[in-house]
Amino acid sequence: MEQLLQVDNLVTQFRTAKGKLKAVRGISFSVKAEETLCIVGESGCGKSITSLSIMGLLPSNGEISQGSIRLGNEELVGKSDERLREFRGNKMSMIFQEPMTALNPVFTIGFQLREPLRIHKNMTKKEATAKSIDILTKVGISSPEKMLNQYPHELSGGMRQRVMIGMALACEPSLLIADEPTTALDVTIQAQILDLIDTLKSEMGMGVVFVTHDMGVVAEVADRVMVMYAGEVVEVGTVDELFSNPGHPYTKGLLAAVPNVDDVDQDLSIIPGSMPSLDDQITGCRFHSRCPYAMDVCKEKTPPSFKVSGTQEVKCWLQEVDNNGKSTTSSGSGEIKEILSN
Amino acid sequence: MSADIALNENKTKPPKKEKYYVQTIRRVLKNKLAVFGIIIIFIQVILAIFAPLLVNYGPYVQDLSQTKLGIGAEGHFLGTDNYGRDMWSRLVYGARISLIVGLAAVGIGLIGGIALGLISGYYKKLDGIIMRIVDLLFAFPGILLAMLIIAMLGTSLVNVVIAISIWSIPGCARIVRGSVLSVKKQEYILAMKSVGASDIRIIFKHILPNCTAPIIVFATMRMATAILSTAALSFLGLGAQPPTPEWGAMIAAGQDFMWDAPHMSIIPGIAIMLTVFAFNVVGDGLRDALDPNMNLDM
Repeated sequence: MEQLLQVDNLVTQFRTAKGKLKAVRGISFSVKAEETLCIVGESGCGKSITSLSIMGLLPSNGEISQGSIRLGNEELVGKSDERLREFRGNKMSMIFQEPMTALNPVFTIGFQLREPLRIHKNMTKKEATAKSIDILTKVGISSPEKMLNQYPHELSGGMRQRVMIGMALACEPSLLIADEPTTALDVTIQAQILDLIDTLKSEMGMGVVFVTHDMGVVAEVADRVMVMYAGEVVEVGTVDELFSNPGHPYTKGLLAAVPNVDDVDQDLSIIPGSMPSLDDQITGCRFHSRCPYAMDVCKEKTPPSFKVSGTQEVKCWLQEVDNNGKSTTSSGSGEIKEILSN
Repeated sequence: MSADIALNENKTKPPKKEKYYVQTIRRVLKNKLAVFGIIIIFIQVILAIFAPLLVNYGPYVQDLSQTKLGIGAEGHFLGTDNYGRDMWSRLVYGARISLIVGLAAVGIGLIGGIALGLISGYYKKLDGIIMRIVDLLFAFPGILLAMLIIAMLGTSLVNVVIAISIWSIPGCARIVRGSVLSVKKQEYILAMKSVGASDIRIIFKHILPNCTAPIIVFATMRMATAILSTAALSFLGLGAQPPTPEWGAMIAAGQDFMWDAPHMSIIPGIAIMLTVFAFNVVGDGLRDALDPNMNLDM
């Protein structure tokens, strides 16, 4: 199947007082139509910057210094802001984390919903209003005519997030980027919003990039999962592979940190240490200082991506195997296998 | 779809909410001093609009047999000046001039200030240049700047308008820039960018309406300053020229007769004082009412 979004070797850096710092370090991934790719990772691992890079909405001191982002047949990197504007809202859209602040408080819902339609489809106010009613119905609002005249402060968080989704999908984009769209909502509303995004995805045939740090959400919505750590992709795989057979110690750590509701007495598992800051110079694997399985080679050489299966790739020396399928890692591979199988 | 829970929650809210500006007006009206100011401004506006209907004598009509009549004189209840012109008539026509000059000066100043403020707040690259120019204008004492401009352009009311509006630009630009800086960081602006809105559209349609509260307050306060400055410049002979019934010029004309006809200066003086006071208290009231941090049911 044709790839909808193809990101190759993307490097995004920021000009700061400490010089140019890389927030995203050469990541590659792709999304097909009607597929949900979840990007998972701790705060500060580059998830949001990746999505802003795709949208071309980086803060003014950020820039894409390398790599390519292709949406359909169009290369987005290097396009002028004016050209990118034709894509934003039209071919690709984004929804944000905070529905409370993502709607302009001084305008009615109707005004804000009409904006993308008037920008991209040159609709008259009347046409746009009719279409807005359509959209609101689609995102599950029962009295859309009434809502058009309401102000954001009159709506609950879940309702606002529905409006945001409606705004993003008004022009039926082929790619939706959802940056933690449920983090600020309470859990019952979360489930509704996830359902809604999923339904609309198959209805409109969109590809979805879903940024989150909630493993529960991942299990719910993802087709494929990409785990990021300190600006790099450490593991990619289908959601089944990742949950049943996580390859990277960091992924294992994330999964172990998910609390188990059935076990009242459990101590929450944590990954010791914290994410390196952007200006830390790290040789070898970026995770080695926190990794329980770190070997000598991890401190010296950056691991390449090892293919574990047709769809799963892991960036970790533990996965290094020779042509015969045997692990080639120097220090006691049997022992490592044992640790991993636990 | 499981939307019903959220929907029901919404239905419990009161069906019709008061519009924001209705709430604001209500809050202003709770402030007694502001109400007093509004009444004075209202009276002044009525006087200015219906001036010809409210007077028995034109403001320029001289009657040399009835000069310097005191307050309460027959036919001239505010007396006459040294040329026998009716003080009431001149006061009423003066209100017209004060309002028009104030509105024009503040209006032009706002247009310039808002434009500069929006540009410098939104485009970081132009911010430095524009704000340094604004600093330069701030460095001059206002009245001195106005006098300088009038010295260059010549004395007339039109030039007073130009001078006062130029002097209003920096303050307005600063206020607008401040609001833009905080509004443009809001997520709804990013959301608008993410649906493909252009810079111009974002600046005028989405940022400017969020800056209206401080602009309204500034404009009201500025009206007071503009009226006071017009009077001051005219008093100094740099604005309206005799025989124009401008309040400041009337005070200047009356100062030679302070002993035998003090009402010639005192009446326009009180008019200026009341007007400036009114605009200031209304501005204060508006600021309190528009402040989002104020308690809503004050």
